[in-house]
Amino acid sequence: MRDVSIIGIGQTEVGEHWGKSLRHLAGDAVLAAMRDAGVERADALYVGNMLSGELNGQEHLGALIADFVGLRGIEAVKVEAACGSGAAAVRMGYLAVASGLLDVVIVVGVEKMTDQKGPVTTASLAMAADAEYEVVNGVSFVSLNALLMQRYMHEYGVRHEDFAGFPINAHKNAATNPYAMFRKPISLETFKRARMVAAPINLMDSSPVADGAAAVVLAPSDVARKFQPLSVRIIGSANATDALAVHDRRDPLFLSAAALSAQKAYRQAGIGPNDVDFFELHDAFSITAALSLEAAGFAERGRGVYLAKDGEITLGGRIPICTFGGLKARGHPVGATGVYQVVEAVLQLRHQAGPNQVKNARIGMTQNIGGSGATVITHILAAEG
Amino acid sequence: MAIPQNWRLQNQRYRLTGEVCNTCGAKLFPPRDVCPECAKPAYEPFQFAGKGEVYSFTVLSEALAGYEAYEPYPVALVKLQEGPLVTAQLTDVDPQDVHIGMPVEMVTRKLTEEGEDGLIVYGYKFRPVLKPAVNG
Ligand SMILES: [Zn+2]
Repeated sequence: MRDVSIIGIGQTEVGEHWGKSLRHLAGDAVLAAMRDAGVERADALYVGNMLSGELNGQEHLGALIADFVGLRGIEAVKVEAACGSGAAAVRMGYLAVASGLLDVVIVVGVEKMTDQKGPVTTASLAMAADAEYEVVNGVSFVSLNALLMQRYMHEYGVRHEDFAGFPINAHKNAATNPYAMFRKPISLETFKRARMVAAPINLMDSSPVADGAAAVVLAPSDVARKFQPLSVRIIGSANATDALAVHDRRDPLFLSAAALSAQKAYRQAGIGPNDVDFFELHDAFSITAALSLEAAGFAERGRGVYLAKDGEITLGGRIPICTFGGLKARGHPVGATGVYQVVEAVLQLRHQAGPNQVKNARIGMTQNIGGSGATVITHILAAEG
Repeated sequence: MAIPQNWRLQNQRYRLTGEVCNTCGAKLFPPRDVCPECAKPAYEPFQFAGKGEVYSFTVLSEALAGYEAYEPYPVALVKLQEGPLVTAQLTDVDPQDVHIGMPVEMVTRKLTEEGEDGLIVYGYKFRPVLKPAVNG
């Protein structure tokens, strides 16, 4: 096993890209990452994507994008794990380089969601859940998370407005991220007045549908400096799973795959939650943020929500999260999200985060969740030197 | 879902037929052939009574495509008496009256219509348990 470093990053603005197709979005991110890394060739391209077949009528993205960016001939394949596709692809790239079989690997996460009407996109996102036993009952992806939020509020005596700190923090951080979809702070009033989607989840609890692509270039750590003086080392990488359906989980309020994947990554890195300087978590809904903080060891069960209430998740807090806006305000182009998280963590560790910089950031963690918690991929990154 | 996919599930949709693990006795719904509790084979059919209580619920203000007719509709995780949780719509109830712990029972209802032929998909929903009539 070899150590693996990230030598290049690229991202497109997250939003509604009416003028750009899926291949152009992916191409922009890949070419930016290759320029940043100073590489012209690669041994493989892994594409994280969830819905290209459903929303764009296009599968077989590996070959499509490799050819489009001038890498015709290389190994290329799509990796799918619902909203966790992006980080799942990063993990495949990590395994390939760590194994010694490949040297330079590019990973791109891409999703083009705004070409279809809302109901089509909503129905497609529900495919992350169990078609035969969840979705057929009229269950949307939002409503599965609403079932978790309702039970959480009931079991721990939490009010809905106690969650407001999550979207408020996300929007505040996105305001100074030029790649974010919503660059505008929101108030407690905005949160309380937001339109209900699936009670108790309202629009301000929910991350938006968006287009976007992000990419990283991976290489063995011992040669990383030759390409990139500011390379960042992957010191932990793990993927864990749980039952696909919420009703099949042993305890729906505990994201056991998130806990397992965080524990595996901590063990590999030789660190614990107290050593993590910031955490790019998967705030698809505000309840997901609270459950992630608990599963990854930053809060006791039932207490994750209070980190948002007490300001501990802000840039200057004990455990900053969503430092560039998170899924809620940077935007959530599902299969791209996991790669955006890694790109943002690299910016923090290179100390290139501008107004979003977490002071003295040395170790960052990213966690990307597929579906309502069935696939969870955690990465721990460290600044070199 | 395609017609054969729906047809295969008739014992689950209409009768709530699951499985029981012969090794540890866990009752399983949906059927899955390997017990998630002890990882031993579980092929023995088991008939659930269809009674339980609401473990959690939500009310969809934005229906999934194909379910617009019911909007807004309550969906619940129902904790069956025999153990498993089931995801299902609640029916015959005002969404305002739904609460965690509410006793419910299974009924067979139309779930949706699918495809250009308008194939009607039937399946389980849960309704509040009717109060027993007082004898005498
Ligand atoms: Zn068993």
